[in-house]
Amino acid sequence: MLSEIAFYGAVETGLIYGLVAFGIYLSFRVLDFPDLTVDGSFPLGAAVAAVLIMEGWNPWLATGSAVLAGMAAGAVTAILNVKLNILNLLASILTMIALYSVNLRVMGRPNIALLGEETVLTPWYSLDLAYHQVPVLLFSIVILISLILLWRFMKSETGLAMRATGANPRMARAQGIATGTMIILGVAVSNGMVGLAGALFAQSQGAADVTMGVGVIVIGLASLIGGEAVITPSTVVRALIACVVGAIIYRLAIAFALNADFLGLQAQDLNLITAVLVTLAIVLPGVRSSLVSKLTRKKA
Amino acid sequence: MITATDLRLTFGKGTPLENPALRGMSLTVNQGEFVTVIGSNGAGKSTFLNALAGETLVDSGTIVVDNVNVTKLPTHKRAGRVARVFQDPLAGTCEGLSIEENLALAIKRGQRRGLSTAVKKQYMEQFKESLSSLNLGLENRLGDKMGLLSGGQRQAVSLLMASLTPSAILLLDEHTAALDPKTAAFVLALTTKIIEDQKLTALMVTHSMKQALEVGTRTVMLHQGQVVFDIEGKDREGLEVKDLLELFEKQRGLSVDDDSLLLG
Repeated sequence: MLSEIAFYGAVETGLIYGLVAFGIYLSFRVLDFPDLTVDGSFPLGAAVAAVLIMEGWNPWLATGSAVLAGMAAGAVTAILNVKLNILNLLASILTMIALYSVNLRVMGRPNIALLGEETVLTPWYSLDLAYHQVPVLLFSIVILISLILLWRFMKSETGLAMRATGANPRMARAQGIATGTMIILGVAVSNGMVGLAGALFAQSQGAADVTMGVGVIVIGLASLIGGEAVITPSTVVRALIACVVGAIIYRLAIAFALNADFLGLQAQDLNLITAVLVTLAIVLPGVRSSLVSKLTRKKA
Repeated sequence: MITATDLRLTFGKGTPLENPALRGMSLTVNQGEFVTVIGSNGAGKSTFLNALAGETLVDSGTIVVDNVNVTKLPTHKRAGRVARVFQDPLAGTCEGLSIEENLALAIKRGQRRGLSTAVKKQYMEQFKESLSSLNLGLENRLGDKMGLLSGGQRQAVSLLMASLTPSAILLLDEHTAALDPKTAAFVLALTTKIIEDQKLTALMVTHSMKQALEVGTRTVMLHQGQVVFDIEGKDREGLEVKDLLELFEKQRGLSVDDDSLLLG
């Protein structure tokens, strides 16, 4: 079984990846824009926040700057797609590759340790809570606020226009929606969320590293798809809750898999486990419905 | 009023597949007119409609809508003046959004969209009233997903959405062609009703010559990217499909003569 600390650790990381899943929901689901920029904007957020904290900035200002940096990265991807007509997937890969260099430039070295620096978490440690519970509390608040803001946005006139852009671009244009602008705005907001996740991750782990973005897209997708398998995303608010639930389940599943000694799994097996979990999450809902239809047909 | 002057558009210019779709197409539609447009395949009907909507930009010529030159404007910048219903019943609405969300999208057609709630309480009265005029019971299903509706129902809602806010012209692109005959008749009757009630200016492309003569106030036939004939008023009354065909043959014959004159 999981120790209490491992459990809280999994939930803490799950909450951070919930923010990534929000971003991926926005690009993949709402805009139908397969965006791999997140593998670069996650460490970008971490790098910007870490560098600014080292410069002595207020950690919340540093985190806000990380959001803006993520948004800029997303905007670059979308502009490559919308204005230069580069295939969306390819545009995001180009930005992702470019960000590797950008992130090294931002940090000036491959990694920055934040040990002993004041982070957004520091003031919260004075609360009467166990050390490992503090990040869970703070990140729960952050993700709740993000969820409410995103939900309100999706229900707004602009948000509805964005949903129409992804679902039926021809209809959206005929309704006077500037679909290109919507894609740029949406992918920017999406990567802003991922930048926020990166900044929080760096502060909770106490370091920013240029390689920390590898596979973020897969983890985010795993959270999104897993969450959708548990909670049917029939409304926006359900879809957003599914993102958070999926991310936490994913991290817990990974923690269990690595902790179950009889499985003999080790940390280096993480990516393999992820791939297996994503495959299961994609396949299982289909298996379930075909089983149900087979059973009901037999009855009839 | 909408004026198209000498529109020319060639697809695949400079390639072996070069296809001149519009060859000096000119048409003026006056306020309150309901023009039906017919023509064989490749006559340029859809291209003309797309050019008016802004989906395809013309090589030359001008399009003026309500005294504004929109020739170079993209679709979304014309949307405030040009409303549209597509041939595909699934194309005019978003199936993942609810009926009220689709209507809320349409009520802001061509206007600025802000951060206030899209589905506002003050719209509800208008939504329910216009939906109940369809007699489909949709006024009680505002929260339902559009995808739950049948093709005919969706096309009826598309029509409603296109007429929810004023426009200089309503473009109907064979909007009954993909429906079964009964539903097509229902949507066509609804079209006529909405256009008459709201005194809309409309341009309806159709494959059916019968339909073209039955509804509307004026009929235009396109052939090879040009208007070959344009009838309205008394000339149009009592006209039947065979008369149209005769007219068409006559016009085609004339154009052949023109060619031989030019070549001779």
